[in-house]
Amino acid sequence: MAQAAIELIGINKSFGAVRANRDINLEIARGTIHGIVGENGAGKSTLMSILYGFYQADSGEIRVGGKPASIKTSNDAIALGIGMVHQHFMLVDNFTVLENIILGAESDALLKKSIAKARSELERLEREYGLEVDPDAIIEELPVGLQQRVEILKALYRGAEILILDEPTGVLTPAEADHLFRILKQLKEQGKTVVLITHKLREIMAITDNVSVMRQGTMVATRETKKTTVEELAELMVGRRVLLRVEKGEAEAGNVKLAVKNLTVKDSRGVTMVDDISFDIKAGEIVGIAGVAGNGQSELLEAISGIRRAVSGSVMLDGKPIDLTGAADPGELRDRGLAHVPEDRHHVGLVLAFEENENSILGYHHDPRYLKGPFLNIDAIMADAKDKIEKYDIRPGNPRLKTANFSGGNQQKIVLAREMEQDPGVLIVGQPTRGVDVGAIEFIHKRLIAMRDQGKAVLVVSVELDEIRSLSDRILVMFAGRIVGERGPEATEGELGLLMAGVERQEAAE
Amino acid sequence: MDIFIAIVQILDSTIRLSVPLLLACLAGLFSERAGVFDIGLEGKMLVGAFAGAAAASVMHSALLGLGMAILISVAFAMIHGFASITHRGNQIVSGVAINFIAAGSTIILGQAWFSQGGRTPALQPGERFEGIILPGANAVREVPILGPIYSELLSGHSILVYFAFAMVPFAWWVLFRTRFGLRLRAVGENPAAVDTAGISVAWLRYRALICTGVLTGVAGAYLSMVQNGGFVKDMTAGKGYIALAALIFAKWKPVNAMFACLLFGFLDAAAIRLQGSPLPIVGKVPVQFMQAMPYVLTVILLAGFIGKAIPPRAGGVPYVKER
Repeated sequence: MAQAAIELIGINKSFGAVRANRDINLEIARGTIHGIVGENGAGKSTLMSILYGFYQADSGEIRVGGKPASIKTSNDAIALGIGMVHQHFMLVDNFTVLENIILGAESDALLKKSIAKARSELERLEREYGLEVDPDAIIEELPVGLQQRVEILKALYRGAEILILDEPTGVLTPAEADHLFRILKQLKEQGKTVVLITHKLREIMAITDNVSVMRQGTMVATRETKKTTVEELAELMVGRRVLLRVEKGEAEAGNVKLAVKNLTVKDSRGVTMVDDISFDIKAGEIVGIAGVAGNGQSELLEAISGIRRAVSGSVMLDGKPIDLTGAADPGELRDRGLAHVPEDRHHVGLVLAFEENENSILGYHHDPRYLKGPFLNIDAIMADAKDKIEKYDIRPGNPRLKTANFSGGNQQKIVLAREMEQDPGVLIVGQPTRGVDVGAIEFIHKRLIAMRDQGKAVLVVSVELDEIRSLSDRILVMFAGRIVGERGPEATEGELGLLMAGVERQEAAE
Repeated sequence: MDIFIAIVQILDSTIRLSVPLLLACLAGLFSERAGVFDIGLEGKMLVGAFAGAAAASVMHSALLGLGMAILISVAFAMIHGFASITHRGNQIVSGVAINFIAAGSTIILGQAWFSQGGRTPALQPGERFEGIILPGANAVREVPILGPIYSELLSGHSILVYFAFAMVPFAWWVLFRTRFGLRLRAVGENPAAVDTAGISVAWLRYRALICTGVLTGVAGAYLSMVQNGGFVKDMTAGKGYIALAALIFAKWKPVNAMFACLLFGFLDAAAIRLQGSPLPIVGKVPVQFMQAMPYVLTVILLAGFIGKAIPPRAGGVPYVKER
């Protein structure tokens, strides 16, 4: 085995009563790509933050390149050649690429020399690793994939030999993710060590040499990637067997519940995002909309659920039109049996500062079930919240807990429970499992299938192709605001990928 | 020619009246660009004005007065920093508290020390900053057009006026051409990026507040030692707030800040000049109306006439490491 780049020995870290890391031992070989997997809250990010000097371990030893290292601040980590690409980019949005790269690594008190130096260094890195990016571009004007590249460049500019990436593909399109993997492989060939934190097992299998699994703050196993399987890793992560692909019977499609006709929607800048779209969803089927993020899916969801005005077109719910001029408010649609699980649960789906029980009736608080005269019926709301907690296995099971303190997966379950338990005729779900653990994904998928089997019409929009393929009875692919194809669930990933990239459409145009 | 002289005179007083606004506005620029909202500009100017006039009159030195004004103003800025950076308190509350402390303490200390109803003794020559006659100002006075512009408008101001306007390009240079400026702007936009780059967020913000304190100190000294011959209670009269409005109007940019402050100064100067004299078309306008103009303009500008002003993104939010 190659020499170890990093050794962690007996690392412990607690936040108050929560033991985020207990007795962690980990050895990462130089010049390899090492994956660390685990559910949300398993302690992966904490461990890496300790390595990067963001937090300090309560006890334990860190060795870098065989020598004991004391990492008290990020500066110490940078000096030891450790670079980190954070899940939420640590970039200043209105600075240029160059300014972001030199921030904290300026050569002297004036900027001129630093900028010139960074510019030539950037050219070198671009040649060596194929990391192309316009040095004078403003960060917020770059697509997410390029922003991430700037983060990688930042670390390399500081002389990083060990690169830690925290959930790097969560925000990327499949093509961008592929490109990232090529870059990582190239870094590895140049002798750099890469640590990849993720909960997407496919990525681990595709790119890593070794993989370590964390569960509830402990390191449960380290495997050579070649000698393990997705099923084994999932089981190690969750602690029980997990079904990665839900089993479901044939759909028994009934009447049309929701009919969208010639719908056109513009975004706030006036750009046409949904361009003359028509489709319908029948009772008892799941229709999945696949597509690279930003191809109009969000605007489509918003228009159907009454959040955004449509320019033209019509939407019929149970044969009756929905007013698309802005007068249709989501509350009215809810009363008519259209439930909506929004893509962005933090900004649209939940009030994070509220208690769990308050969020579990949000939007349905006018329902007489939750009222006692003009007042809220706290007892009824609590009983209702407890009921949902039990049914949806929301953890921790305390309805008085602030929603912000739940993990992403459990927050998603709170929203799903609220919308599904209203027994809607039509359920619209955006990104059902974004940022959700493997175990919870299985649960959410089962619930969606159950809704279908009860004869509900379900619309699922997701950027996760696997999810779309595993859930949908029919798959619609969106590209540049249009539906460019419809396929059955048996469609291959490659076929859908081409549609998502707009290939077929361009060929037809030529 | 009379109109020309009148215009020169109005512009001359525009410059004088905009100086405290400009200094306060640049002061606010440093702290807000670093992500610390500072509603306490008013209070810091006030304690600066008091400390400056008091020290100058006791120690018989304008320079010592200025030094004391800066020292006390910086001390108040550090209180704001201690509350809002170290202890992550609410920046608005801390700023308001500083304004109250300033308003109260200057009167109480003034009365206790000088027994003149909260005033400081009238400053003697040598205890205040005198106007500087630029070379050749008297010689060119009679030259048409350029003569009055040079000798009236540009010459004859105190050193603090020239300092204030020199600070505009200097502040720009510091913010946009130095490492300190780059980091200061970064910490106002995304402190986590600064933290992960291995730079102390707190120390950076404290340094920004020191800049703020120095500038409000000079602004205060200007009020009590140049514009007025001593300290009078509540002499800042809302200038700190107008400076904040100008800062938003200027979209947090130094050169814009200068023009914004000159605009507010001009309205003030015009209000004083036009008091009682009839205007063309509208006729005689009540004094109160003219005096209210700067405030009316503030409201109109802030109500959206300035287009989209994007404040520093991390402004007003104390930095807490995740979790």
